[in-house]
Amino acid sequence: MPYNVKEVVANKPSRFTSGHRMCAGCGAPPAARMIMRALKPEDHAVVAGATGCMEVSTFIYPYTAWTDSFIHTAFECAAATLSGAEAAYQSMKKQGKIDNTTKFIAFGGDGGTYDIGIQSLSGAMERGHDMVYVCYDNGAYMNTGIQRSSATPKFADTTTSPAGTKIPGKMQSRKDLTKIMVGHHLPYVAQTVGYMNFKDMYEKAEKAIYTEGPTFLNVMAPCPRGWGYPTDMLMQINKLAVETCYWPLYEVIDGKYKINYKPAKKLPIEEFLRPQKRFKHMFKPGNEWMIEEFQKEVDKRWQELLDLEEITNRAE
Amino acid sequence: MSIRERLSGNEAAATAMKQINPDVVAAFPITPSTEIPQYFSTFVANGTVDTEFVAVESEHSAMSACIGAESAGARAMTATSANGLSLMWEMIYIASSLRLPIVLSLVNRAVSGPLNIHNDHSDAMGVRDAGWIMLFSENNQEAYDNTLMAHRIAEHESVRLPLMVCQDGFITSHSIENIELEEDEKVKEFVGEYHPEHYLLNQKEPIAVGPLDVQSYLFEHKAQQAEAMKNAKKVILEVAKDFEKMTGRKYGFFEEYKLEDAEVAVVCMNSTAGTTKHVVDELRSKGIKAGLLKLRVFRPFPVEEIAEALSHLKAIAILDKADSLNAAGGALFEDVTSAMYVCNKHVPAVNYVYGIGGRDTKADDIEKVYEDLLEISKSGKVENPFRYFGLRKEAK
Repeated sequence: MPYNVKEVVANKPSRFTSGHRMCAGCGAPPAARMIMRALKPEDHAVVAGATGCMEVSTFIYPYTAWTDSFIHTAFECAAATLSGAEAAYQSMKKQGKIDNTTKFIAFGGDGGTYDIGIQSLSGAMERGHDMVYVCYDNGAYMNTGIQRSSATPKFADTTTSPAGTKIPGKMQSRKDLTKIMVGHHLPYVAQTVGYMNFKDMYEKAEKAIYTEGPTFLNVMAPCPRGWGYPTDMLMQINKLAVETCYWPLYEVIDGKYKINYKPAKKLPIEEFLRPQKRFKHMFKPGNEWMIEEFQKEVDKRWQELLDLEEITNRAE
Repeated sequence: MSIRERLSGNEAAATAMKQINPDVVAAFPITPSTEIPQYFSTFVANGTVDTEFVAVESEHSAMSACIGAESAGARAMTATSANGLSLMWEMIYIASSLRLPIVLSLVNRAVSGPLNIHNDHSDAMGVRDAGWIMLFSENNQEAYDNTLMAHRIAEHESVRLPLMVCQDGFITSHSIENIELEEDEKVKEFVGEYHPEHYLLNQKEPIAVGPLDVQSYLFEHKAQQAEAMKNAKKVILEVAKDFEKMTGRKYGFFEEYKLEDAEVAVVCMNSTAGTTKHVVDELRSKGIKAGLLKLRVFRPFPVEEIAEALSHLKAIAILDKADSLNAAGGALFEDVTSAMYVCNKHVPAVNYVYGIGGRDTKADDIEKVYEDLLEISKSGKVENPFRYFGLRKEAK
């Protein structure tokens, strides 16, 4: 059945409820809601959260926004924690102690995933636990107040990579975690964002949840506080990230790359950078080189992706 | 009928784990506890147990996975030593705060640095305030017995706390001694099945574990943990009674060895107690009224009981196999003297830090401690309460 956002929302009650304390205009809650909707209604889920914005805003004692079972332990170990729960499920199911179908989904920000949690993530993925790890990538440590992460794009102004008079923001390019996860030879890896009625995100979540084994979703989740855009611009920012090829939508199924959306006319990167205060200094006279360099990096990575798609789909 | 065997301490711990047959074991190798997950993965590979073995990529993940598994409704166990426990440290606190009866086999080893793989108790002392029940074992038999009793204590509804069974790295973990094992069926019956009240995998009642716990709640939640630790005292003794019925082997908070009529006594934990018993026997044959209090239950700390048991002595020496580096004595010394003080028992006490980094603990060293005690008991004065033994002079 083709995806229809109205039907999905009407037929599948949200498993991530209102009343949580995430900011208006944040990209993470709509992502969590949509990903959780991809579960079959009859299936139970155990969700693990890494310490971060989403965890501290959705599970403040004695309230929770999660209708499924949820566990948070610490910052760097959502994947390890969930792998233990999944191992318990396998063991207890084998012994006949439980009989339901439970799916395992972890959510971590880029801090808990790209950086402090990468070891635990890598370990859990390599061990082959039947779980989905979702990174909601907002490109900095937003929960502690916008410090740079390895997911922060080059030149971004953060509180630990401030755009100063000598150093114009973060001086390093962002890590490509999606490809690192592809390097784990997982059955399913995808990169997505809330765009086009969440079709791409919903379908990828469904595939990730119902593909047996470890799977990974990298979701760009803009942050109005950290990125500096008006809260009602969230969907516009998502769109610009895709249309400029800053955040390409693609999936890798058993090692084969598939780019899910190729803009007919790739927009210049300024379109994505301009609405965000974190890149404001790049638009000052004399800083044109920064935009040029940023564009070059985007072009390089996009071409690399096109090449990978071609190489991995070549007829045997 | 018990089964007579010859096993090392690590084999004893692994055998107990096999008989307990937990749902999940998550562990990462570290000397000297490595053999425990090694033996255990053989049990898994041969289908001797129903356990899912999670070969994690670090001890941090080992404890995280145990927390995930135990929260999910499983019995989860692990083993580690020294730096492995240090890396777990963050999760050790989280395990107890979530009230998860995880059982850990801690084969005691010196915590770095500098790097040293041999026995002392610095690893255990680093988590003494983490809300775990801590049992110490003199030999392989006690490591086995303590492990068999662990789940009954940890899972008790008035307790629900994680528990670690300590034994001395290499000294007991790698020494093969005679041991009495219980039959599998008897162990199974004694340990019982685990039926948690709330767990993640219960679709009928989804739960949320590990919230952000703000100023209005954390204090009360911590007080509940403290209460559970107090409750553990009663449960430890009840379980020990049942265990005695099954095995004939008697356990309490501590073992009193020739302590009743003693005038001077040593307080220590783990394998040093074996050496001390030998010294006590030697001294007794010379007419010296020496005794020993071997502590088994370090957490919860049996304040009143220990103060009472030591109150009749003329002098006591508390041996710490870990230096607190605080200019105020080792952890066991602080706990014992504090217990005596609050119970209004006044006995001259002296602290010896010893055996650091696997430095050999000889009968002669302990004999010298008793000689010091005899002097203190005569004068009633303790010139220097913070002492070492086994430390070379030139290293000072």
